[in-house]
Parts: sequence; structure tokens; C-alpha cells
Amino acid sequence: MTSEMLILLMAATIQSGTPILYATLGEIITEKSGVLNLGVEGIMMVGALAGFLAAKITGSPVAGVLAGGLCGSLLAGVHGLVCLGFQGNQVVSGLALTILGTALANYLGTPYVGQNAPGFYPVPLPVLSQVPVLGPIFFRHDLLVYGSFVAPALIWIFMKYSRWGLGLRTAGENPEAGAAAGIPVVGYRWAGILAGGFLMGIGGAYLSLAYTHIWTTGLSAGRGWIAVALVIFAFWKPGRAVVGAYLFGGVMAFQLRLQAMGANIPSSLLLMLPYGLTVVVLTLASMRQRGDQAPAVLGVNLEPRD
Amino acid sequence: MKKTVIVLLFAFVLAVAVSPAAAKDLKVGFIYVSPIGDAGWSFAHDKGRQVVDAMPGVTTSYVEAVSEGPDSERVILNMARKGYDVIFATSYGYMDPMLKVARQFPNTTFMHCSGFKLNANMGNYFGRMYQARYLSGMVAGAMTKSDILGYVAAFPIPEVIRGINAFALGAQAVNPQARVRVVWTKTWYDPATEKEAAKSLLDVGADVIAQHQDSPSPQEAAQERGVYSVGYNSDMSSFAPKAHLTAPVWNWGPLYTETVEAVQNGTWTSQALWPGMEKGIVDLAPFGPMVPQAVKDMVTKKKSLLVTGTETVFVGPLRDQAGSLRVPAGAAASDNELLGMTWFVQGVIGTTQ
Repeated sequence: MTSEMLILLMAATIQSGTPILYATLGEIITEKSGVLNLGVEGIMMVGALAGFLAAKITGSPVAGVLAGGLCGSLLAGVHGLVCLGFQGNQVVSGLALTILGTALANYLGTPYVGQNAPGFYPVPLPVLSQVPVLGPIFFRHDLLVYGSFVAPALIWIFMKYSRWGLGLRTAGENPEAGAAAGIPVVGYRWAGILAGGFLMGIGGAYLSLAYTHIWTTGLSAGRGWIAVALVIFAFWKPGRAVVGAYLFGGVMAFQLRLQAMGANIPSSLLLMLPYGLTVVVLTLASMRQRGDQAPAVLGVNLEPRD
Repeated sequence: MKKTVIVLLFAFVLAVAVSPAAAKDLKVGFIYVSPIGDAGWSFAHDKGRQVVDAMPGVTTSYVEAVSEGPDSERVILNMARKGYDVIFATSYGYMDPMLKVARQFPNTTFMHCSGFKLNANMGNYFGRMYQARYLSGMVAGAMTKSDILGYVAAFPIPEVIRGINAFALGAQAVNPQARVRVVWTKTWYDPATEKEAAKSLLDVGADVIAQHQDSPSPQEAAQERGVYSVGYNSDMSSFAPKAHLTAPVWNWGPLYTETVEAVQNGTWTSQALWPGMEKGIVDLAPFGPMVPQAVKDMVTKKKSLLVTGTETVFVGPLRDQAGSLRVPAGAAASDNELLGMTWFVQGVIGTTQ
């Protein structure tokens, strides 16, 4: 493999990792507030459709991303209503959300299959894109990719150093103590769910606005589930989510390039790589788990008490 | 008086009984695996349906995005129950469900696309797409500068492998240096993966991208990189006007019209149909403006030879990738060999696994 090809592979890695990264960050925020949302796949599907439609109607890809995020929040809000409002089971509600979101996007999106909308195209950053090696890998992408460079750092700072970040973590670690201290934990859980849904929706919108520019149903193709697995791999840390998302993006991009280079490996084996990696990653993550990684009351509803 | 009344009544009953039968429209149903807006496989079938719909005495309807398997059986059964006279199911996975329904409705005519099972009232049909693939390969071979052609392939089944081989043979016929690199996506319609697969081929130097899947995203990848592409199923030039050289396309109208006419006349018999360019079932989409006249002329000439049957695509000597002789010199591959093709010709880089 020549160095030039390696650079192209790395650039492709970042692009295919970006939608997974947004979704993983969204799930991290949600889970940090103590709510497990298994509806990522469905929210991404709806985000992809909403992004596409909004961009098509308004002609503005930025409006598309916002619409994708907002519709992601809206669908995640259903999860909030079930789990926070009615104390429903979080696992069941999340799974139902995946089925609902996927079907909704298929149903509403079918008349638009094969149509294009204005989307994001690579914008090489001045100066930075001319840096050898790093330039072509990192700085010749579309705006959403640049956004995904900044987002993990912002989320990390927010979680670690802001009062609201502390409140969000309290809702997931020790909501009773938080409530006793007068922190509106249910409000923080709502915030976690809605903000998380927004990022998942953007992850979906990335697929229909930047990855390809043609609408079709089923765009997400399992990426939402990979994001759920990556949260565990990342130990709920935004920085490690970046590593995980690019690892998966890299394997997806790499197996196609291995074929293109004429490696005589059966394609069935190569196509297994991302999923095989999911199994390996989850095994390693659970072996190395040190107990305090997951938010303490993840998936546990806040029962009203007298 | 009484007699007149009886005669009149009898005449009236007769008129009522006979006239609707004579005026009854033939109901023809179509079942598609994907939405018809995909510019691909189902889109092409639906264009064929529209031709049938324009025939006198025929009404048509369709159900789109029907997944293969149990779901499709319900849809086919429903059409049969509603009294459809002819039902076309246009995906391989509909074969067994259709056969099951066909046995229950002996008076309905069933037609299945791309499979191999038959029943007294169920026929199957497909087209010799490899002929058009060969011609599109000639265009690609003439236009490439790097001599590397990229092929975004769907699943390693004989239909797809045959298409890749025909494309490679066509390219080599005009450019012996041309090599075809194959990337399998194991998808029929996944724009994100298919675009990524096209990019991986562009990264290894391919400057013409051909494809088998139904999504136009490989075309888009080629245009973004400023190289050429060959579409599939229908004219995909609207997705990549600067890249799109041509496309092997389906034209189901003639076959559908003939079948429906045969049912109308009562001459339909169950058989396996595999027509090609001579019937106009497969063809090339119009050439893009970048294709030089000399190339157009050469391809058009070869096309006329294929149409008349003077020449065929898979003629010996043909060797596989390992170099062993598969079709001896002077012979042509039989239909059975074509339908069971699981090996790549020389000049194709990739595996059939």
C-alpha cells in the first residue's frame, strides 16, 4: 500500500466514521443522564429523512442539518415521555423507537427515493489543507466533519467543568442525592434525552446530506446499533468515542479498498470485519471494565416517592 | 304476450351475461422489490408496466417496495384473490412464494423474473443483459486512460459475474490492456456503501466506474472525482451528466406487451424466456457528449451484429483467472454455462467468493 493510498484511506475513514461519531456522542450524553436509549437507529433514519426534506424544500443544507437534529430530538422526546413521564421500561421503549423511526422514515420517504437535495460538499480549509499528510486527511472535508472534530471536545469540557454538566452527571450517578440538593434531575434527564437525540439526528442527516446526496430508505443500515456498542467501548468518554468511531469507519473503508487493490481474500470475510470487530470490542470492553465506568443508575427510572 | 316477455327477458339475461365478459378488461398486476423512484431495477420494470397500461382492454396496478419472502406471498395471494389475470413478480426472491400461490390459482397467469422455476400457469423471464454490458465495456475500454476500470458489484451470483465478464471482454476487445477491478458490496441498494466502494476503486486509479446495484451513488462518486462512469438499469445521466458515458438498460415493454397479448388471445404457454437485444429487451442508454463519434460508430456496429445474431459475446478461447481454458477456440458458451457462470475471465481482478 503506497503512502498516497494510505492518506486516501485515512480520509475515507474519517468520512465514514463521522455519522457514527455524532450518534455515539448523542448516546453518551443521553446515557450520562441515566437514560438508556436504544432507539439510535430509528432516530438516525428519521434524522436522515428530515434533513433531506428540509434541505430540499429550503434549498439550504444547514437548515437540513437543523431539521435533522430537531426531528431527532422530537423522536427522542417520545422516549422521554414514555420513560420519564410514564415510568416505562427504557429498553422496550428504545427498541420500539428503532422500529417506529425506521418504519416512519421508510413510509414517509418512499415517494422521494432517488431524488437529490442540496447537500454538503468538501470545503478545504485554507492553509491547513496544504499541510502535507495531515492536510489531505483532516482538512479537506465538509463542514459537518469539521463540526465533529470540535463536538467531542466541547462535550468533554461541558461535562467536566460546567455546572450543567455536573447536574447531568448527577442525574445519571446519584439522582436522589441530586434531588435532595435541589437539582432538577428529571429536567436534566429531559435535557440529556433531547440533546442526545439532536446529535443522533445530525448523524442521520450526515448520511443523506454529505455521505451521499441521493435519498433512499434504509440509509442508516445498522450504524445506529454500532453507535450503541461504541458507547460501551468508549467507557462513556467523548474522546474515546472518537477513537471508536474512526476504528469502525476505518474498517468499513479498508475492507472495500482491500478488494479494490485485488487482495485475494473472499469478500464475505472482509464484509464481516466491522461486525466481528463489534464483538471483539465489546468483549475487550467488558473484560477491562472497572465497575465505575457506566453511569450508576443507567436505565433505572426515577420513581416518584413520598 | 307472455312469450314475448319471456323472449325479451331471455335476451336481456343473455346480454347481461355476455357483454361484461366481452368488455371485461384484463387485470395485470406488478410487484416490485424497491420503490419505483429508484432510477434502477423497479423503475425500469415500471416503465414496462406503463407500456402495458396503454394497451386497449388492459388495466394495470402495482405494489412497490415489497420485501422478498413471506411478505411477498401475501401480496401475490391478495392480487390473485382480487381476480388479477396476469401477475408479474420482478425479483428473484419472489420465486417460491409465487409458485405456492400459482398452484392455488390455476386460472391466473403468473410470470416470475430472474428465477428458474416453472408451473403449468407460471412462466419465468429474464433478459440477456450481458450483451449490453459487453457494449458498455467497449465504451469504457475506449475511454479509459489508466486502463483500470472499476466495477462496483452486488452479489457474487452468476447474473452479476456474467455481467462483469461481458464488460471485461468488451473492454478488452477495444483495449487489450484494460483491467477490471471488482469490489463486492453485497448490497442491491445501499447508496452509502456503494459510493464508498466506488471511491475505493477510484483510489486505486480506476477512471471509469461501472456498477450493478440500483442506486446511482457510484455515478456520483465518479463525477465528483472528474472521471467517467457507466450506469445500469436505466439512463442514469441525470445523476452524473459529466461522467455518464452510457448505461446498459432494461426495456421490458416488448416482453410485457407480448405476454399480455398472448394471455388475451389464449395462446400463452408456460416457458422460460431469455430474450436479448434482438427483442430490444436490453439496450444501451444514449451516449454522453464526451464519447467520440468513432467509438459510437464502433459500438453501434457491434450492436447490429449482436442484434442479428451474427456474433455473440462469450466466444472461445476464454480462459479463467487461473489461465485454464473454459471455452475452447471456435466454440461459444452454452446458455447453461452462462446461467451457471461462477468464474472470472482473465483481466478481471477480484474474487468470485
